[in-house]
Amino acid sequence: MSLLNKLFAAAALVVTMAGLPMGAQANEGPTLDKAPLRFDDASLQQGAKLFVNYCLSCHGASSVRYNTLTQIGLSEQQIKDNLMFAADKTGEQMMVALRRDDARKWFGVAPPDLSVIARARASEAGSGADWLYTYLRQFYRDDSRPTGWNNALFPGVGMPHVLWSLQGEQEARFVTRDDGHGNMVKQLEGLELVKPGSLTKDEYDEQVADLVSFLTWMGEPGQETRRSMGWFVLAVLSVLAVLSYLLKRAYWKDVH
Amino acid sequence: MSCCKIVTEKAQQVLGWVDERFPLTSTYKNHLAEYYAPKNFNFWYFFGSLALLVLVIQIVTGIFLVMHYKPDASLNAAGVPVAFASVEYIMRDVAGGKFIRYMHSTGASMFFIVVYLHMFRGLLYGSYRKPRELIWLFGMAIFLCLMAEAFFGYLLPWGQMSFWGAQVIVNLFEAIPVIGPDLSIFIRGDFVVSDATLNRFFAFHVIAIPLVLLGLVTAHLIALHEVGSNNPDGVEIKKYKDANGIPLDGIPFHPYYTVKDIFGVTIFLIVFAIIIFFAPEGGGYFLEFNNFFPADALKTPPHIAPVWYFTPFYSMLRATTSDFLPYLWAFVTLVAGLTAWSVRNVWVRRLCLVLVVGVYWGFFGLTVLGKTKPLFDFAILGIHIGRGFDAKFWGVVMMGGSVLLFALLPWLDRSPVKSIRYKGGLFKTILTLFVVSFVLLGFLGTKAPGYAFFGLIPGGPVAAVSTILYLAFFGLMPWYSRLDKTKPEPERVTSK
Ligand code: HEC
Ligand code: HEM
Repeated sequence: MSLLNKLFAAAALVVTMAGLPMGAQANEGPTLDKAPLRFDDASLQQGAKLFVNYCLSCHGASSVRYNTLTQIGLSEQQIKDNLMFAADKTGEQMMVALRRDDARKWFGVAPPDLSVIARARASEAGSGADWLYTYLRQFYRDDSRPTGWNNALFPGVGMPHVLWSLQGEQEARFVTRDDGHGNMVKQLEGLELVKPGSLTKDEYDEQVADLVSFLTWMGEPGQETRRSMGWFVLAVLSVLAVLSYLLKRAYWKDVH
Repeated sequence: MSCCKIVTEKAQQVLGWVDERFPLTSTYKNHLAEYYAPKNFNFWYFFGSLALLVLVIQIVTGIFLVMHYKPDASLNAAGVPVAFASVEYIMRDVAGGKFIRYMHSTGASMFFIVVYLHMFRGLLYGSYRKPRELIWLFGMAIFLCLMAEAFFGYLLPWGQMSFWGAQVIVNLFEAIPVIGPDLSIFIRGDFVVSDATLNRFFAFHVIAIPLVLLGLVTAHLIALHEVGSNNPDGVEIKKYKDANGIPLDGIPFHPYYTVKDIFGVTIFLIVFAIIIFFAPEGGGYFLEFNNFFPADALKTPPHIAPVWYFTPFYSMLRATTSDFLPYLWAFVTLVAGLTAWSVRNVWVRRLCLVLVVGVYWGFFGLTVLGKTKPLFDFAILGIHIGRGFDAKFWGVVMMGGSVLLFALLPWLDRSPVKSIRYKGGLFKTILTLFVVSFVLLGFLGTKAPGYAFFGLIPGGPVAAVSTILYLAFFGLMPWYSRLDKTKPEPERVTSK
């Protein structure tokens, strides 16, 4: 490459690179807590248990088959005995028993399928897991809502706080602030635990982390295998690259 | 030994039999073994063969995707659209399906990266100039097909961005006066993007456009082999031939460039594999995050952005507001004025005048730069004489026109030399500005309209200035390419 070409390439690169972090800065979205993800079998199994017990009654994961859970170290028998309430065969999809029309009547919206929720909720503000981790820890009591619950990250959410017996009940603190245009607006300042649940705050965060790890895994089962395969493929391609370079050089010896 | 001889003899006979009926040997010679390419190709010359590779990857992975994909917008038992669910089915339940899908989705973005670099090579070395105008025009047609192919394909996973992206783009056609609204319904096959739209986009994506694309690529290569490749020095190797009529600076494509291109392929595949195995979403640029939500006609996403490869042109559409039209008109007037001044032909001059007046009327009608009330107004066939056309319409014209401008390059470039190696500072500066504004436009197009760099420099004016710079690269080329202080071209190609 001539010097000029390099300059062009560098200019393009600088512009693009400079753009990436700027995007994150200018986005005035909510701040998300970083999800402490763990992909060991024990955590994922715990997450699967929570998902089946607390979420599957409303949300399906219709792209996931029960027997996919063998990938996180469960046997078919264990899956059948401990996790399957709504299906008979392990090859079946994780469907929800709730009828969508009923759900719409009760919550105003049908609970969405959660198969790829961890991928869908990613944004410049953070990964989908970060969003979920924040979401599941920010429910608070709000008597003006039909379910009695609201959420700091998802205001006006149609979902009740299904994990409240674990986390306990939070209440929101509001402040009234000038929005910069002379209007006074009520802003949420923070959440306070007013009635403890069966878990301490740290224990609850850990359970949510397991659940979110599971939801992330569910978004693309086998993503670690994909990455480890990647190293192998790159190794093979690198060898091919070197060989083809040597071949090219051998052929081009006599071109001057 | 004798056995080998028999085999060779038999093979010769078979080949002879074929050659009497089909030009196998002569095709092989004309296009590979005795096709002479300049010996000084550099980095930028890898991207043609890489574009061919990506084309093959897209077709092969596409065939396997079609075996399992279902173009059906209705909801399944779980309340998920069948098309959306079928893509997840491919990702999870089809053997190797995940890699087939990621290869195809990454391949789409790589296709544009490769083709943009391939076209940039054309700008660097003047590859579009005589006698390669038709190679360039076939290339332009390929580029348009590629955009159509990507646009149709992006609807198929039936996610939120698929749906709303298609909705926004098809709605643009509504801005066309008189026929617009009917045209957009005709394209969708419905009043909104729906199952009918999904089915027809599927037909275009898997059959219609690929067929045209293959035909155009063949024409592109036939035209290339007719005139021969340009090279980084921009000089014709056919000017100096040896006694056998072989260009002195040419080498047979096979084996020299086949082995070189194979090396390029391995490097490309390394980059490709890094994306597929480690970052298949490409940071949300190759697979947009929002597209993992199934399409929902009742939930408009807060920010609808087309995929990155459309954003430079989309940005120019957005920049074309009614506030921008006066600047645009000034620019048109400048180019028309320069043309009238330099072309000493009374008809050309009259045409320029008509253009300036016509564009003024189209932009502002019978008002002062659109700021006042029209002098009078009545409508013919739904077009208001006093008001001109909506800025939205001009935005659409801008988006289409900014792509098509590339096709004019062979006739805009008046430089005495082809290659940037022998061009002067003026051209190099303007080309750099062009590249920077193209990248800025692309970046801004991925952002919401209110975006500001560092929260300080508003994106709107940056996009407006970049749009003018983009247009100036083409519009003023006839003059700056002549003013530019070039260096003399060498007679023969120089070694790297
Ligand atoms: C009582 C039924 C019910 C249960 C149980 C339930 N949800 Fe929900 N969930 C809903 C409803 C209804 C919505 C839709 C909220 C809306 O859109 O306003 C929802 C929305 C969500 C969303 C947001 C989806 C989006 O639009 O991005 C997530 C994430 C979620 N639920 C996760 C969970 C998890 C994890 C569990 C298990 C701990 C769970 N839900 C249990 C009813 C439920
Ligand atoms: C499907 C997409 C395309 C394919 C497969 C393709 C393929 C090729 C190949 C194999 C070559 C010869 C190798 C090389 O010079 O790099 C070539 C040359 C060329 N292509 Fe393309 N091309 C594509 C798109 C385009 C586009 C979009 C343009 C521009 C509008 C373009 C313009 C050219 C030109 C001008 C040449 C001659 C270059 C020279 O001689 O310096 N091509 N193309």
